[in-house]
Amino acid sequence: MTDRAILNRNLAQMLKGGVIMDVTNVEEARIAEEAGAVAVMALERVPSDIRKEGGVARMSDPKMIKEIKAAVSIPVMAKVRIGHIVEAEILEALGVDYIDESEVLTPADDMYHLDKHQYKIPFVCGARNLGEALRRIGEGAAMMRTKGEAGTGNIVEAVRHMRTIMSQIRQLSNMPSEELMTFAKDNGAPYDLVVEVAKNGKLPVVNFSAGGIATPADAALMMKLGSEGVFVGSGIFRSADPAKRARAIVMATTYYNDPKVVAEVSEDLGEAMPGIEIATISEAQTFAKRGW
Amino acid sequence: MEKVGVLALQGSFAEHLAVLRIIPGIEPIEVKTIAQLEAVDRLIIPGGESTAIGKLLRKTGMMPILQKRIEEGLAVWGTCAGLILLAKNIVGEEPYLDAIDITVKRNAYGSQLDSFSCEQIIPAISAKPIHLVFIRAPWIESVGPKVEVLAERDGRIIAAKQGRLLATSFHPELTQDTSVYEYFLKL
Repeated sequence: MTDRAILNRNLAQMLKGGVIMDVTNVEEARIAEEAGAVAVMALERVPSDIRKEGGVARMSDPKMIKEIKAAVSIPVMAKVRIGHIVEAEILEALGVDYIDESEVLTPADDMYHLDKHQYKIPFVCGARNLGEALRRIGEGAAMMRTKGEAGTGNIVEAVRHMRTIMSQIRQLSNMPSEELMTFAKDNGAPYDLVVEVAKNGKLPVVNFSAGGIATPADAALMMKLGSEGVFVGSGIFRSADPAKRARAIVMATTYYNDPKVVAEVSEDLGEAMPGIEIATISEAQTFAKRGW
Repeated sequence: MEKVGVLALQGSFAEHLAVLRIIPGIEPIEVKTIAQLEAVDRLIIPGGESTAIGKLLRKTGMMPILQKRIEEGLAVWGTCAGLILLAKNIVGEEPYLDAIDITVKRNAYGSQLDSFSCEQIIPAISAKPIHLVFIRAPWIESVGPKVEVLAERDGRIIAAKQGRLLATSFHPELTQDTSVYEYFLKL
């Protein structure tokens, strides 16, 4: 592995135990930093608005990303469409700290993800299961997140994806070596990474949760299930009191094992974002199914 | 057995605890509460985001307790974000613990594209070269009279000590090298 690849994995280690918040302008970015976010994700529309408004969702305006970079001292991430080589080159040229090759945007390529080894900049990618996570890491992702179902305010998919990955890791840890190749074949995962996970009992990169976190209790739940930090998209800035909810989610992520703290910060937060039942979402609008 | 705490509010605390566990004769402790903070004999403040850790220190009421313990002589080592939290002066920002008489510049080397690693001998710490990892790292612009500069790189101060307080802008917790830990445990 190159020094650059190691440094990029290292940055994700510095974000652990923290909350990464979706922001759409400078004012929201400042609120996020003030609330204790470890990074912000700069994007034009939060996932719930993309879902509502429909159409093609693309990389954000570089001007808006630059303004947010100038406004905060914490790392700034931004999203590119799956497989969009040039959007990734643009974000690298802007010097953002992390690129999310994200299923929340409309995919640019319906067969291939980016070869993330070709860039100096680190990438985070989404996954629903261990095979998908290891394919993305094989392509060079320096950090993972479970996909969940972004913009729904419904935690059920994030839970399912995290439980699936953790359970498959436990399964691999107990597998005799001769069974590993078949696991790699059945799950479409690179063999060398399957061997590494079986040996270490963990993913080779940091793994956060995303997609559906709307309350401090949701964030704490994901941490309890083995997440190393959380992404909150629409859950903060589509709620009644974003600053207060953001601070509460930060506290709940640190003190996920202390129900008294989580109870205290959950008090009087006002309305959470409106939620959507997963079964009512059409196939075309299911973001988590994007990615190959 | 000496209790060595790692402040575990956010950041690379698990990495520090993992290194401490392989060092014999000490008891590593995860520090998330005031009671745990009051029980430790030494404390490491890990890498992470200094704004996030600083806000949690204030919100939990741990900030004044830690400041008092530092005044009473607690040995504390800050790596990267931890260095920023210990500093008396931060360029363009209010300080947090206001403990070591140094002026720190955050993200001094630039964004993630400017993160780097290198090998360097730090005579005060070890005769062997140490692997140094800098992630969106700060540097120390200047130090007060009571501060001993331990290491510089390209004319910038990257490690300093004042009494029992140690600050490094790099991350020994991301390497297999325990020499900075051994140095800190003797302070």
